[in-house]
Amino acid sequence: MQQFGSDLVFILLFGLSYGLVLFICAIGLVITMGLMHVMNLAHGAFAAIGGYIAVGLMNGAGVPYAAAIAISVILVTLFSLVLERLVYRRLYHADHLEQVLMTIGINLIVIGGLTICFGPNLYPIRLPDFLKGNVNLGIREFEIYRLFVIALGLVVVVGLWALFDRTQFGAKLRAAVDNRSIAQVIGINVDRMFQIAFGLGSGLAALGGAVGAAMLPLEPYYPMKYLLLVLVVVALSGFGNMKASLGVAIFVGIVDTAGRFLVPEFGGFIIYLLLIVLMIWRQDGLFARRNA
Amino acid sequence: MISIDSSRSLARYRFSAWELLPAAAAIAYFFVRPDYLSLGAGIFVTAIFAISLDLLIGFAGIITLGHSVFFGLGAYAAGLLARSGWAEPISVVLLSAAVAALAAAVTGPFVLKLKGLPLIMVTLGIAAVAYEVANKFDWLTGGHDGLPSLTYAPIFGLFRWSMYGTTGYVYSFIWLTVVILVARMVVCSSFGVALQGIRQNALRMRVIGAPVLLQSVIIYTISAALAGIGGALYAQTNSFVGLDTLSIDQGVFALAMVVLGGIGRLYGALLGAVVYNLVQDSAQQWNPYYWMFAIGVMLVLVVRFGKGGLLGIASDLGNRLLARAGARP
Repeated sequence: MQQFGSDLVFILLFGLSYGLVLFICAIGLVITMGLMHVMNLAHGAFAAIGGYIAVGLMNGAGVPYAAAIAISVILVTLFSLVLERLVYRRLYHADHLEQVLMTIGINLIVIGGLTICFGPNLYPIRLPDFLKGNVNLGIREFEIYRLFVIALGLVVVVGLWALFDRTQFGAKLRAAVDNRSIAQVIGINVDRMFQIAFGLGSGLAALGGAVGAAMLPLEPYYPMKYLLLVLVVVALSGFGNMKASLGVAIFVGIVDTAGRFLVPEFGGFIIYLLLIVLMIWRQDGLFARRNA
Repeated sequence: MISIDSSRSLARYRFSAWELLPAAAAIAYFFVRPDYLSLGAGIFVTAIFAISLDLLIGFAGIITLGHSVFFGLGAYAAGLLARSGWAEPISVVLLSAAVAALAAAVTGPFVLKLKGLPLIMVTLGIAAVAYEVANKFDWLTGGHDGLPSLTYAPIFGLFRWSMYGTTGYVYSFIWLTVVILVARMVVCSSFGVALQGIRQNALRMRVIGAPVLLQSVIIYTISAALAGIGGALYAQTNSFVGLDTLSIDQGVFALAMVVLGGIGRLYGALLGAVVYNLVQDSAQQWNPYYWMFAIGVMLVLVVRFGKGGLLGIASDLGNRLLARAGARP
């Protein structure tokens, strides 16, 4: 019983930290899919670049952990704004095939570029001392790092909630996601909204990549490897449903953790099988909105 | 919008002299590089795979990132048949194609109800699961070691699988020809025209009473069977099947070939596969990731500037030359 409780706490906390990183990585894509219906398969590339810049700054230049993450988030945000102008702007009215080809192309370029800059192998992160080791939670020991990730994830969630639910920008953004043309008619500059949301989402992806680097290891193939998990969160939350995406991300994190922990032999793909079935069964997402 | 010329789709049924060009090139290669026929056989195999993908993407508008599943299934079916002692090569190819087709026919009705991002996600997911399953069931598939040293009986009991790959070259060329003829027949039939309608506007097709889902499943199955043929030939010409055949990259790179040569043109997929493999072969010493970089740049450039790919550019040039010749008195 003791063991069971201990395992349960482990799975829940581990899954929660994993799910929150997924959420941070995916929320930008949820917003941009909802807003512009652009199939951005290169979203994971922003997370990868963010992770590489942060870890590179720490390993190479000795920049402190927090500063390295902040710098990488800022750089990726700026980079994404440039890319939005140059590439994504042209994709808004393109068909799906064109969007897929273009963003896969970007993915492959990023994979190649990361290899050229950082080599083809895993790029390990050395966590700062204050995040190393375990802490006793009474029922079992747990990594400080993962608790830190959970805390940070919750801060991001609260921050996004405040932004979307309590500011005028958030209200406009939600209006634009719900009904783009009406939002435009009442004078909301949807293109501008999208630009800001795109930058914000890419910056958050970079944050997820950097903070989660000890969890989702950095490697050049990162943008394709975690693409599926990010897409799953977007698709299952019903396009553009930001609140549902938090639930879906945590659900995915916990189920995947439980699968790997309880049936290590097959844990790796239990989650995918489940998601394929869910996706086919509930095409509009797990928490489909009725008042669309 | 990547536009595909649909007005001439039925006109294409008439056989054009241009279509002999690939065969002529294949015969020329046979005499020019008899020492390197394995490359040629490899090109034929990937071309078959690329053509099968073009049927889905270029004609029916089904955007899948999981086409590697059917190539891999065909390859493993051929490998396992050889392992269990079934060595007659042609029946192995047909059986492998049937396995891939069956998988498509069973999953198609569920998968093809989706479109857009969910479809991409699910096809990607199925490909990821297939790879992991093959990896875990190593008692059957050999896991990371794959199925090495497969042997097949001589074709028709006459042509042995030689070390120089002469048999493999001619054999896979004949299969490629068969695949092109089948694909051509499908595309030029009224069914093929219906597929173009589905790509352009599935809703309207449904409104005029076309069984959209059924037609999608049929082309999905045909395409899977052709991909399975490619996979089986891969197993036979390499005497080896590995996890690579199921890797998602296979599907992505095949997509790159189709785009490079020109989407929705069948021969575009063929040309794309040829160019892709020749360039890759001459860049063999490159790090494979640099190669990814190059493919990425190519994809971005083609989407940005040359929607029709290489064949599109060539036919534009040809039309312009014809126009100029016509303008002259």
